[in-house]
Amino acid sequence: MSDTTLAHGAHAPHKDYEGAKTGMWIFLFTELLLFGGLFLVYSVYRTLYTHDFHLAAGHLNVPLGVTNTFVLLTSSLTMVLSVTALQKGDRQSALNTLGWTLFLAGLFLVIKFFEWSAKIEHGLYPGSPVLKSLPAGEGLFYGLYFVMTGLHGFHVIVGMILLSVIAFQVKSGRVHQGDFVKLENAGLYWHLVDLVWIFLLPLFYLTN
Amino acid sequence: MTDKASGATPPRGFYGPEGGGGGLLSWVFSTDHKRVGLLYLYSLLSFFAIGAILGLTMRAELLMPGQQLVSPRVYNSLFTLHGVIMIFLFIVPGIPAIMGNFMLPLQIGAEDVAFPRLNLASWWVYMVGAFLAVTSLFSGGGAPDTGWTFYAPYSIRTNSNVSLAVLAAFILGFSSVLTGINFITTIHRMRAKGMGFFRMPLFVWSLYATSWIQVIATPVVGITLVLVVLERLLGIGFFDPAAGGDPILYQHLFWIYSHPAVYIMILPAMGVISEILPTFSRRTIFGYKAIAMSSMAIAGVGYLVWGHHMFTTGMSDTSRVVFSLMTFLVAIPTGIKIFNWVATLYRGSISLESPMLYAMAFIFLFSIGGLTGLVNGALSTDIHVHDTYFVVGHFHYVMFGGTGIALFAALHYWLPKISGRMVNEKKAKRAFWLVVIGFNLLYFPMLVLGIMGMPRRYHDYLPIFQTPHVISTIGSWVIATGLVLMFWNLWSSARRGALAGNNPWGGTTLEWQTTSPPPTLNFDAPVTVTAGPYERGEGRTA
Repeated sequence: MSDTTLAHGAHAPHKDYEGAKTGMWIFLFTELLLFGGLFLVYSVYRTLYTHDFHLAAGHLNVPLGVTNTFVLLTSSLTMVLSVTALQKGDRQSALNTLGWTLFLAGLFLVIKFFEWSAKIEHGLYPGSPVLKSLPAGEGLFYGLYFVMTGLHGFHVIVGMILLSVIAFQVKSGRVHQGDFVKLENAGLYWHLVDLVWIFLLPLFYLTN
Repeated sequence: MTDKASGATPPRGFYGPEGGGGGLLSWVFSTDHKRVGLLYLYSLLSFFAIGAILGLTMRAELLMPGQQLVSPRVYNSLFTLHGVIMIFLFIVPGIPAIMGNFMLPLQIGAEDVAFPRLNLASWWVYMVGAFLAVTSLFSGGGAPDTGWTFYAPYSIRTNSNVSLAVLAAFILGFSSVLTGINFITTIHRMRAKGMGFFRMPLFVWSLYATSWIQVIATPVVGITLVLVVLERLLGIGFFDPAAGGDPILYQHLFWIYSHPAVYIMILPAMGVISEILPTFSRRTIFGYKAIAMSSMAIAGVGYLVWGHHMFTTGMSDTSRVVFSLMTFLVAIPTGIKIFNWVATLYRGSISLESPMLYAMAFIFLFSIGGLTGLVNGALSTDIHVHDTYFVVGHFHYVMFGGTGIALFAALHYWLPKISGRMVNEKKAKRAFWLVVIGFNLLYFPMLVLGIMGMPRRYHDYLPIFQTPHVISTIGSWVIATGLVLMFWNLWSSARRGALAGNNPWGGTTLEWQTTSPPPTLNFDAPVTVTAGPYERGEGRTA
């Protein structure tokens, strides 16, 4: 997204910081609407099946969910630190904090993996015989749980790929103090991932 | 490309070595907005041809009651594919992807769009989606047979290859979002010096409004289509009544996008008309700000009317009244545009070249489409015409009579700029009359059939419906002949037509200031704008 107009012929490269940021913000807006569709489905079924949702949420592991929230919030902090460090010209520090962000993102996925595995072990996955025996609302709850945290997890993976690519570009000097908009845009994306999770936590874990 | 008779050739412009030359790779990997626009042109027109052949096959089947050519099952696939290809592959990307890409940077005096590589990427994403859509016809459980709307629960139960088709639609939506982001950023950041928002050509305004709808509405259908795939693969149950899900929720989510999508289709068409009318009536546009703002109003109100697709499928009366009211409100900005266009013609020095003829046909056909839309938007009459041929007729008057005809107008208007050569007017006018007469023969009987009670999407019909069906099928042959002549004429004119020069029509917007075809960087010197887009007279640009 942080693409800039390439020079044709002999013209100097056209770099538009504001433009790159504008494009990124609009893209994030589309991401919000993508999740927005799911939040809409959630609110409809929560209204229809309030009691079932309440019961189903009781089976989720609150300590793990809260731990993951702290993991992601901390990764957002290290992300900001990385951008600030690069703006100040401290490349090494920028790379270190970026490394921490990647580590925390990985940790989030590991914790999520154990959570999902436990649910699947108990037969709580979409279309499972166990879920079919439960009231319809609980089935929909777990459907939403897996789809929404799954889509969020997919965004975490995409974010990790994005941040890794940019870490290499910081290392090679393509992204530097004078041209850091790619890192900044990747940071914006990462905060969105964080923000979505902040809504997922209360909607799934804390409604019991 | 040379004119043997006169020996004169237009400048090579962006077709030349500076723009990458003529090799295939230099086209499919070009980040030049003009080349990307032409890539879209050829891709979209190819799919338009396929969609048209599917449509002609359906019309041939409907010539007589009973089974002629295809079985009911194949007929279901035909109308599904005709819809999917025409909507997702042709008319949604349509004018923005072709003409927007080519003309937007030229009209605002920029060298390119804001993100040229992203622009190229969106074409590749489009091609991947198109490839998957075509693959879905020949693989898995056979071509989808759900209709282009993929309504649940049938779409989650049928064995046909719905998953792949839906995935294709999702990917095409992604391409559309990328184009939207690119255009919004371009319009905000790349305007020439002196061009404030209210000095932008109206085509640019319409692209701006369109891009916002693309950005706001497409993600919702994107996630909905993903849910259909997950529903089929994993059985999450969101739209399956057996699992406690609600199929009507699917319809809401689908139309939250797909109704604004019709404004994605029509707004750029209105933009094209707003360019052509002042040029061919040698006047400034009447009510510039009203037209610009009405585009934004249509985009805004159009987002809140999706429920009118569902008047008969289960909604509270309150919702139905509100959605009906909002639907009627859309008619106001649309009416503002039509009145301003007609006022532009008043006391103008009108010349009826082919682009102007198509623009006139647009106003006529689109007005029929718009007024029949109100019949669908009113609660009582909608009960009678819902899911009948009336809806099919209305939709084709708006989409084909509106957007399709406007694209043809744009092709005739801007061909001199794109190719450097003029359209053969005599042949263009012949093709025009065949297209317009064929169009009305083809679609007007559908309105009549709908009022008579003929349901849509049926392979067979009762003998009382035969006369309108025969007229309609004959119309399909007339318009097909017209379209072949039109495209043949455009193609041969682009190769052998008379030289156009920079400004053959006397247009006032910036694209006419540069050479035809434009050089790779569009303008030889930076552009400064000192007047509104349609003001005539000396020294309006420097």
